[in-house]
Amino acid sequence: MPINYYIFLSLALFTIGIIGVLTRRNVIIVFMCIELMLNAVNLLLVAFSKMHHLAAGAANSTAGIEGQLFVFFIMVVAAAEVSVGLAIIVMLYRNTRSVDINFLNRLKH
Amino acid sequence: MKNLIALIPLLPFIGFLINGLFRKSLPKGVAGFIGSGTVLASFVISLTIFLQGTYSATPLQYFTFISAGSLQIPFAFQVDQLTTLFLLIITGVGFLIHVYSTAYMHEERQDHFARYFAYLNLFVFSMLLLVMGANFVIMFIGWEGVGLCSYLLIGYWFENVDYTKAAKKAFVMNRIGDLGFLLAVFWIIAKLGTVSYNEVFTAANLAKLTATDITGITLLLFLGATGKSAQIPLYTWLPDAMAGPTPVSALIHAATMVTAGIYMIARSNALFSMAATTNTIIAIIGAATALLAATIALRQNDIKKVLAYSTVSQLGYMFLALGTGAYVAAVFHVMTHAFFKALLFLGSGSVIHAVSGQQDIRYMGGLRKALPVTYLTFFIGCLAIAGIPPLSGFFSKDAILLNAFVYDKFLYAIGLITAGLTAFYMFRLLFITFNGSFRGTEEQRHHLHESPIAMTLPLIVLAILSVVGGFVGVPELFVQGGEKLTAFLSPVIKPADGLHVEHSTEWILIALTTGIAVAAILIAFFRYRTYKEEQPSAIGRLFENKWYVDELYNSAIVKPLNALGAFANTFIERSGIDALVNGVGKLVNYGGRQMRWLQSGQIGSYVLLMVVSMVVFFVLQFFLRK
Repeated sequence: MPINYYIFLSLALFTIGIIGVLTRRNVIIVFMCIELMLNAVNLLLVAFSKMHHLAAGAANSTAGIEGQLFVFFIMVVAAAEVSVGLAIIVMLYRNTRSVDINFLNRLKH
Repeated sequence: MKNLIALIPLLPFIGFLINGLFRKSLPKGVAGFIGSGTVLASFVISLTIFLQGTYSATPLQYFTFISAGSLQIPFAFQVDQLTTLFLLIITGVGFLIHVYSTAYMHEERQDHFARYFAYLNLFVFSMLLLVMGANFVIMFIGWEGVGLCSYLLIGYWFENVDYTKAAKKAFVMNRIGDLGFLLAVFWIIAKLGTVSYNEVFTAANLAKLTATDITGITLLLFLGATGKSAQIPLYTWLPDAMAGPTPVSALIHAATMVTAGIYMIARSNALFSMAATTNTIIAIIGAATALLAATIALRQNDIKKVLAYSTVSQLGYMFLALGTGAYVAAVFHVMTHAFFKALLFLGSGSVIHAVSGQQDIRYMGGLRKALPVTYLTFFIGCLAIAGIPPLSGFFSKDAILLNAFVYDKFLYAIGLITAGLTAFYMFRLLFITFNGSFRGTEEQRHHLHESPIAMTLPLIVLAILSVVGGFVGVPELFVQGGEKLTAFLSPVIKPADGLHVEHSTEWILIALTTGIAVAAILIAFFRYRTYKEEQPSAIGRLFENKWYVDELYNSAIVKPLNALGAFANTFIERSGIDALVNGVGKLVNYGGRQMRWLQSGQIGSYVLLMVVSMVVFFVLQFFLRK
């Protein structure tokens, strides 16, 4: 499959994520949109990694492997982030009975 | 011997340390004992050197003081005949004044008393460094040290604002002179690469200097001397320096420190004898100072002010001698002057002590009966300074006037007039203070008393010295094999060979000087035997107000400088630097307030901003890559 497809797909996913973060006020939705953006990047990394590997041919069997490595890192970090983020959201809900993101701006005062 | 010599300045320094560090706990007796004892010990060592005659023309090096490239400045002392003479004067007269101070200052608080002796010892230490140093740099250390001590002691009663102002004035005026000294030393280093006397004054090195160098160096050195030795134009600090305690005036502002300039020029006589222009300037300034100060002294009513102007006038005499090339006569006059002027100052201190701090002679009078010892010694001091034979002042003044006569008749005439004025104002002081009837308050009259033995004894010793001190320099005219001082100092100061005066001329000059002095004393006697208020004439007012020199300096130098300072304060400091510094602060403050809306706390707006700026960066990069 040509690389273009992957690029357009991840671009679409990323844009959906951004628009979600910008427009939605529910913290959980915002959180999901962030995950969406991370995974769009993951998809792109894997796609480019594959492309490099093919371009290098048999001479270099490890070409493009860094992209796939990064994906694992991002997944680990995302898992950690999700656990911390969800914990914060739970505490937020317990204290305020709300998951509205604009409610958080009271930290300013 | 070398270590013994090092002890001479070291002992007073130790005394300074002890008195200075433990001033809170030292009883007055101990502080006074340490102060006087260390100076006495130095005097004994100096006397030993003098009696054994162990002089060394080569410097005694202790350690390398400054080593910079090819320039080596050793910390070295040079104890030759000239230095020894000054050592004896400084430690001898200094010791007497220390003893006198123990009684004079006994009403001071305990820690102030020890502080006083600490300063006094530090002064003696600095003065000894000044005369013992074997090069200009060591001399400069002492030179600065005595200036500092003079400042500290003038401002000793620092609660009084006027006194601290007088101290400041003395310090600033001295600094002007010190700059000249420093520049001269730099000049010598630049040309010769050494500052040691025995290297600078060698014929080979002196030949390296051009006429401009010699004139420049000597003029700058002389500027230093005018500051320290209170000559025109830097003399106005000395009369104000009378704010200090009277023994300080006697030691620093009459006997020793103010003669530093004369010592320095006498020490550099090899250099100065080659600078004819400078010598003329020195002679003229010396004569002018002598006359100016003598006229001012005629109409002063503060007992110490009269003596202060008299000191300036006598210093002028010494510079007249230096200018005419009579270095020995100048040093001779330094010695005799140290005796009789210290005597007069200490005598005035005794008088002030007796009349409970009063210094205005208009409120004294008739003290002869109450203070017999003070009166007698003061009388001897007046005779000595007036130049009545055979007291010490006669011989030294005669030597100066004789040299001035040979050098220039006009300068001689000024010297002669000054001699007459000196006799007149000193005896005016004597008669107003000690004759007539007492004009002070009843309380003071009741309190009148002769001073304690610790004060009268130095007076008596100094009076004896004032009488006999002149015999070391009796001219050939009177005694076969006279001029002992010239012979004594000949290794340091080459005797002049050009002075050929007929004996008859000498006799006439002596008769003239003595006649004028006696006449002046008689006029003073008839005029001031009984004191009455007198309306000053126009010229009298001019003298009384010191020729308005202080006012002139005030309007010509102090006020413009103050105006410049005020200008710098308002325009440069306030509206320039302050505005700049405050402006930066204000700008940051303003910027912060303007940026505040960005931190709204709305997560949405943060994210939007992030996205927008990322898009902007991408777009920018896209275009910039082309």
